[in-house]
Amino acid sequence: MSPTRAATTIVVCFAALALLTLLSLGLGAEALTPGQLLTALAHPFGGGQAERIVIGLRLPRTVVALVAGAALGMAGAVMQGVTRNPLADPGLLGVNAGASLAVVTAIGAFGIATASGYVWFAFGGAAVAAAVVYAIGVLGPGGATPVRLAIAGAALTATLTSIVTLVLLAHLDVFQQYRFWQVGSVSGRSLHDVGVIAPFAAVGAALALIGGRMLDVLALGDDAARGLGLNVPVARAICAVAVVLLAGSATSIAGPVVFVGLVATHAARPIARHDHRWLIGLAAVIGAAALVASDLIGRFVAPPGELEAGVVIALVGAPVMIALVRRRRAVMSA
Amino acid sequence: MTAQIAAMDASPAPAVEVHRALALGRRRRIITVAALAAGVVAVAVLSLSLGTIPISPLRLPAVLTGHGDPLENLAVLTLRLPRWTTGALVGIALGLAGTLFQTTLRNPLASPDILGVSGGASLAAVTAMLVFHATGAGVPLAALAGGAVAAAAIGVLSWREGFAGQRFVLVGIALAFLASGGLSYLITRADVRAAQQALAWTVGSVSDPNWGETGMLAIALVVLVPLALWLAVPLRVLALGDDAARGLGVRPVGTTIAATAVGVALASVATAVAGPVAFVAFVSAPIARRMVGAGGLQPAASALTGAALVTAADFVAARLGDFQAPVGLVTGAVGAPYLLWLLTRKDGAAA
Repeated sequence: MSPTRAATTIVVCFAALALLTLLSLGLGAEALTPGQLLTALAHPFGGGQAERIVIGLRLPRTVVALVAGAALGMAGAVMQGVTRNPLADPGLLGVNAGASLAVVTAIGAFGIATASGYVWFAFGGAAVAAAVVYAIGVLGPGGATPVRLAIAGAALTATLTSIVTLVLLAHLDVFQQYRFWQVGSVSGRSLHDVGVIAPFAAVGAALALIGGRMLDVLALGDDAARGLGLNVPVARAICAVAVVLLAGSATSIAGPVVFVGLVATHAARPIARHDHRWLIGLAAVIGAAALVASDLIGRFVAPPGELEAGVVIALVGAPVMIALVRRRRAVMSA
Repeated sequence: MTAQIAAMDASPAPAVEVHRALALGRRRRIITVAALAAGVVAVAVLSLSLGTIPISPLRLPAVLTGHGDPLENLAVLTLRLPRWTTGALVGIALGLAGTLFQTTLRNPLASPDILGVSGGASLAAVTAMLVFHATGAGVPLAALAGGAVAAAAIGVLSWREGFAGQRFVLVGIALAFLASGGLSYLITRADVRAAQQALAWTVGSVSDPNWGETGMLAIALVVLVPLALWLAVPLRVLALGDDAARGLGVRPVGTTIAATAVGVALASVATAVAGPVAFVAFVSAPIARRMVGAGGLQPAASALTGAALVTAADFVAARLGDFQAPVGLVTGAVGAPYLLWLLTRKDGAAA
C-alpha cells in the first residue's frame, strides 16, 4: 500500500469511528445536544440527568461495542488467514458453541441470570472448546492443517449445539434466560465487565499482530513457509491463541455476536490486500465501527423498545457483505 | 474459475484423490456400499420391531404385506414405518445434497446448513409458526418456499457476468446470517413456550410424519436422485480442472449450475418435511469418501450414509426415554464425534 493511501485510509477509518462513538454517546431515547454531551463528559460525576445517561448507560454499552467489535474483527482476520479459507469465522473454532454451553450450564446449574455473571463462564467455555478443536487438529496426521481445523471446528460446534438445544428443549426456565443472551447484545453490561476482560483482549490483539507477519508467510503455503524458515506449527498455535483470546473476550461480554469477524475482514481485504497486519488492524477498526453502528441503529428502529446489536448486525451486515462480494471482480486468492 | 474457490491447499489434489480412489479397488468399494445398504436394512428391522409393542423380526414380512393382526398393523404400519421411511428419505436427500455442494463448490464447509438454504427454510417455517400461528401443512409449505426463495436469492445475487463458486458460497453465508438474525429476533420476542416449539422445529425431527408429506418427498426423490447420480460423472471429470473437463466434453458452468440446483432442491424438500436435520448433509460426504474414495460410488455411498445416519439417530432418539428428542439433536451429537474421530486417525487425510 502506498504511504499516501495508507494515511488516508487510517484517517478516514478513525474519523468514522470517532464520529460513531460520539453519536452513540449522544443519541438514544433521550437525545442530548452537543453542549450537554461535552458537559457530561467533562464532569463525569456531576450527578445531573445528562451525566447519568451518558456515563451510566451509554458509555458502558459504547465501550462494550468498541471492544467486542474490534476483537471480533481481528479474530476474523486471523482466522481467515490461518485457515486460508474466506468462509472462516471466529465461531468456526467452536468459540461460540463452547461459550453457549457454558452459559447454559451457568443458568441451569448455578442459577446465574445476569450478563455480568456469564462473563467468566462464557470465556472459559470458549477457551476449552477452541483448545479441543485445536488439539484434534494437531493429533491427526500432518498436524493442524487448515482443512482439519475447519472441519473439527464445525463438528465440535454441531455436538455442543446439540447438547445446548437438548437442555433448552427440556428446561423451559433455562431457555427463557438463554434466549436473551444468545441474541448478542451490548446493553446491560458494566464498565467493570469490560475491565475484567480487557487484559485478555489486549494480549490477544498483541499476539494477532505478531501472528500477522507469520500469516503473510503462511499464505504462500506450508512448504514455502517452511523453506523461508518459519516454524509452521508455532505460527499456527500463536494465531489460534490470539483467536481464542479475542473471540472469547468478545463473546463473553457481548454474547455470541456473529458475522462481525467475517464482514469486517471482507470489508478490509480490498484495502489491505495481502498484508495481514494491515488486514487485522483495519478489520479491528471496521469491526468496532460496525458494532457501535449496529447498537446505535437498534435504538431507533423498533420504538419504544430496542433491537439488539446482534440482530442488527445480521440484518445490516448481510446486504453489505453481498454488495462487497459482488463488487469484487476477480476471484481473490484468500 | 473454480480452481481457486476457497482452495484449501491441504485438501488432497483432485488427481491424487482420483488416483487414490482407483487404488482402493473397485471390488472393495462395491462391498463397502453393499455393507452400508445392509446397515440401513438392519436399522430398519430394529426400528420396525423394537418398541412398546415388540414385534418379532420374523413377523415383519407378513405384517408388511398386510397379513398382520390389528395391534401389529398399528405398531408397524401406522407408527414405525412412516417414521423410518421419512428418516431414510430425508437422509438420502441430505446426504446427496451435501456431496453435490461439497464437490461442486470445492469446499468441505459447503453444505445447505452453511449456505442459507436451511436458514431460509427455518426462518419461513418459524415465521409461519410464531407470527401467523400456522399448523399442519402450512409449516412445511412455508419451509419449502423459504428454502426456494433463499436459493433463488443466492443464485440471483451471486450471478455477475457468470457463475463463480466462491461468490455463491459467500452470498449464501451472508443469507444464512440474515436468516439466523431473523430467527434470533423471532425467538426472543415470542411467548416462551411457542418459541421453544419453534426451536424444536429448527433442530429437525421425523417423529410425527404423515404419509402425505412423505409421499411428496418420495416423488421428489424419484426425480432428483437419478439426476444427482447422473451428474456425478461430469462432476468427477470437473474435479480434474475446468480446462481438462472442457477437453473431455464437459461444460464446467452448466454442470456446476445443474449440480447446485439439484443439491438445493434435495435439501429443500428434505427440510420441508423434517426441518433442517443438523449435520447430515455436512458429514455424509466426508464419511463416504473415507469408505469408498472419491470415485463413482461416492454419491451412492453418501446417500446411504445419510439414510443410515438419520434412521439410526432416530432409532436412538425415539428410545432415549420419556423426553422425545428430535432426531437432529442425535445426528449432531453422534455424527460429529464420529467425524472428529476420523480426523484423528492416522490415515484420515481424506476427511
